[in-house]
Formats: sequence, C-alpha cells, structure tokens
Amino acid sequence: MAATEPRIIVRVGPDDFDVGAEIDALQAGDPAVGAVTSFVGYCRDEGGRLAALELEYYPGMAEAEIGRVVNEAVARWPLYAITVVHRGGRIKPGERIVLVAVSSSHRDAAFAACDYVMDFLKTRAPFWKKEHPADRSEGGWVEAKAHDDARAERWKGEKG
Amino acid sequence: MSREPVLIRYFAWVRERIGLSEERLALPETVVTAGDLVRWLSGRGDAYAFAFETPDTIRVAVDQLHIEQDEALGDAREIALFPPMTGG
Repeated sequence: MAATEPRIIVRVGPDDFDVGAEIDALQAGDPAVGAVTSFVGYCRDEGGRLAALELEYYPGMAEAEIGRVVNEAVARWPLYAITVVHRGGRIKPGERIVLVAVSSSHRDAAFAACDYVMDFLKTRAPFWKKEHPADRSEGGWVEAKAHDDARAERWKGEKG
Repeated sequence: MSREPVLIRYFAWVRERIGLSEERLALPETVVTAGDLVRWLSGRGDAYAFAFETPDTIRVAVDQLHIEQDEALGDAREIALFPPMTGG
C-alpha cells in the first residue's frame, strides 16, 4: 500500500498534453513505483468521413465527476499517483482527446485502475462528442454505446 | 411556500433543441423529482417537447452530481439536463 496520499491530477480544457512528460511525472524519481500504465484516446477519422470532433463539456462538473471516479480507484487499489487529462473543443483526427495514467508498485493494480477510470469516465463524466463530417454536411451527436455501459457494469461486485 | 428561481443548464443536443444553454426558472411545487422536472419542461413549448421527446434518455445533475429521475431535486441551486455522456 502506498504510504502517503496518492498524488491526483485532473485537468479539463482545450490544451493538448505531452504524454511522455505526464508519464515521467507519475514516477517522479519515486523508487517505490514499479509500474506505470496509461491509456491515450485519439480522434479517429472514421475512414475519412470525419473532419473533426467537437467536444462539449460541463465545466466544473467534468472535473468533479472525474475526481469522484479517481477517488474510487484510489480507494480500491494501492496507487501512488493518477493523472487524467481530458480535452474539450474542436479536435481533429489524429489528435489526442484523453489521457489516463496510473502508477503503483505492481502492474496488476496499475492496469486495473487505468481500465476502471476509463470505463467510468466514459459513462459518468459530462462530455459529449459532435461529429463534423469531411463533406461539410450537418454533423450529428455521437450516441452513447451499450458496450461502454456493459464495460462499466462489470466492475460491480468485483473486488480489485 | 414559493420557490427561488433555479439555474437550469442544458448541454449537447438538449441545448441545441431548446436553443438556450441556460435559463433561470421558478419551479412549481408539483415538480419534486428530476423526472417531474423533465415532464414539466417538455410542456413549455415545441422546442422543449422536442428536446425531451424521449424523456428516459435524459440525464439530470443537481449541483453537479448525477441523480436518477425518481430522485428528489431538493434545494438545488443549479440543475443540468443532458443526453447520455460520450466522452473519453
């Protein structure tokens, strides 16, 4: 178990992030850290159909809800640090949208916590994606996927 | 007992359909739960009826916390209505 309180960083906004720097900061010269896992989500072009995504979010609640999910992960697994960055605004194919990175003593906790945070970030954090098609037609809002609900559902009753 | 006006915020296609991102409304005493609010709002005109045409899909947050539609709004300062989330 981590001896000190885990370091938690949650950032929401238009700015891109440096994946390498964020991951290095999680280890931060701490010799107790044995594992850092990360997930980076990108905007896809959907086979050339998509020009950009518009990421709308609820300022204040977006950070708060991600913070609540992170606190659940911290209570569930022995972690040293967690960083979550989620971008908003217009994002083009190939650009980064989200980063979740976690450090722990061992990979089991680091993988599980990263997976958990992504699953609940998708189903609970107040963000919405609107598509801007490459053919300049009127875009539509991305629909929530049953698959994402099912992934979040599988953590119920399961111990970390 | 009359209620103070509450800040109501709309996001994504709920916002687009209503044509407002937020407004201040005094809710009637009959609006107790989040579901009551969705039904009451949908009676405010065509744009609202369109926004809430599938009431079960609407998510509600009170003071930036998710609540279920059968839960009470309580002394909310800010209520948000929006579609299911699609972040990540």
